[in-house]
Amino acid sequence: MVGVTEQQVRRWLAAVPDPEIPVLSITDLGIVRDVSVSGGVTVGLAPTYSGCPATEAIEASVIRALREKGVDDIRIERRLSPPWTTDWITEEGRARLREYGIAPPSQATGKHGLLHADRPAACPRCGATATTRVSEFGSTPCKAAYRCDDCLEPFEYFKCL
Amino acid sequence: MNTTDALLAYVLRLGDTALVTGQRMIERVTGEPELEEELANANFALDYVGQARLFYAYAGELEGEGRGEDDFAYLRDSQAFRNLLIAEQPNGHFGDCIVRQFLFESFYVLQLEALAACGDRRLADIAARGVKEIRYHLRHATQWLVRLGDGTEESHRRVAGSLERYWRYTAEFFDGDDVDDVMRDAFGGPDLASLEPRWRETVAGGLREAMLSVPEDEAAQTGSRRGLHTEHLGYLVAEMQHLHRAHPGARW
Repeated sequence: MVGVTEQQVRRWLAAVPDPEIPVLSITDLGIVRDVSVSGGVTVGLAPTYSGCPATEAIEASVIRALREKGVDDIRIERRLSPPWTTDWITEEGRARLREYGIAPPSQATGKHGLLHADRPAACPRCGATATTRVSEFGSTPCKAAYRCDDCLEPFEYFKCL
Repeated sequence: MNTTDALLAYVLRLGDTALVTGQRMIERVTGEPELEEELANANFALDYVGQARLFYAYAGELEGEGRGEDDFAYLRDSQAFRNLLIAEQPNGHFGDCIVRQFLFESFYVLQLEALAACGDRRLADIAARGVKEIRYHLRHATQWLVRLGDGTEESHRRVAGSLERYWRYTAEFFDGDDVDDVMRDAFGGPDLASLEPRWRETVAGGLREAMLSVPEDEAAQTGSRRGLHTEHLGYLVAEMQHLHRAHPGARW
């Protein structure tokens, strides 16, 4: 296939959902690091965690999505450096997380203190800022479980990394 | 020792320590005292096994003989493993696991930070990815150490015992050999002599907050760099490799 542009490929990738949080696309999540269209299509992907079980599923869905668009010569490369950070989640991605009921990571990541966890800015349902952590570990490695002190609804928080 | 051989040996040591640590955590799955810890432990195990895969994949490329992740994990005998002795120690009770993680991860964070700045690009990348995970693990272990050490009389007594139990395996972190020398001199890797005082400072700080005293340095046990393990590794490796050896070449 000839004449594929980088913009086209990026647009196609923007429709590939993250397997664990399908409301986000892999571009919202910031894991698509680079796209090259010279001599076949090469996509550089950053794994979120070393042992993220979704890494292989994401690679397979990228290949599938590009094949459906008629691209045959596809290379997936893992980009470990610089390491993925929640700072790369796009503004649009953060808004989608909130709509979905997950509080987005609240701050730019720094070197956290040994004993201090970051916390959500607000309840994604009612916007109240008073929240209580129920569990630092949630349904996936990247999330913690919280409860809103105002509307009392439980919600998940996407932790800063 | 030439630099490529030293790099390969070093990467395999990192992979073995990560895999064996992850395997010990996997043994605890469904055995944690509460659901939150169940999730924490399983997530941490996943980080370690993920790191082991990255190290082994790189080791396979350095070696250039066609071996991959599964070959290193499942088709070597325990004598070939070079993981730190502390990693293979049996789990014991919850406080034991917390103390073991606190002591080891206080070192591993420093080691990975130094490696993230080393001259071997691939290893630096893996370390930069991994250190973010281990910082988070260490925070978790430190929080529990404080809660248990500064908790009840019974919890204090038990983690003080854990500290006595694992302390003898910590001297090995800094007991470098020619592989460590090559990593430092040829690749700008960790300088163990300068890491040790920083490790002691972190550990002393955590222990102080947990109302625990730093144990005396006596009767250190070392030997993993030469393949001299404690009796516990053989059982761990046998269980870990059983499926793969019973069904050679099995794949998901």
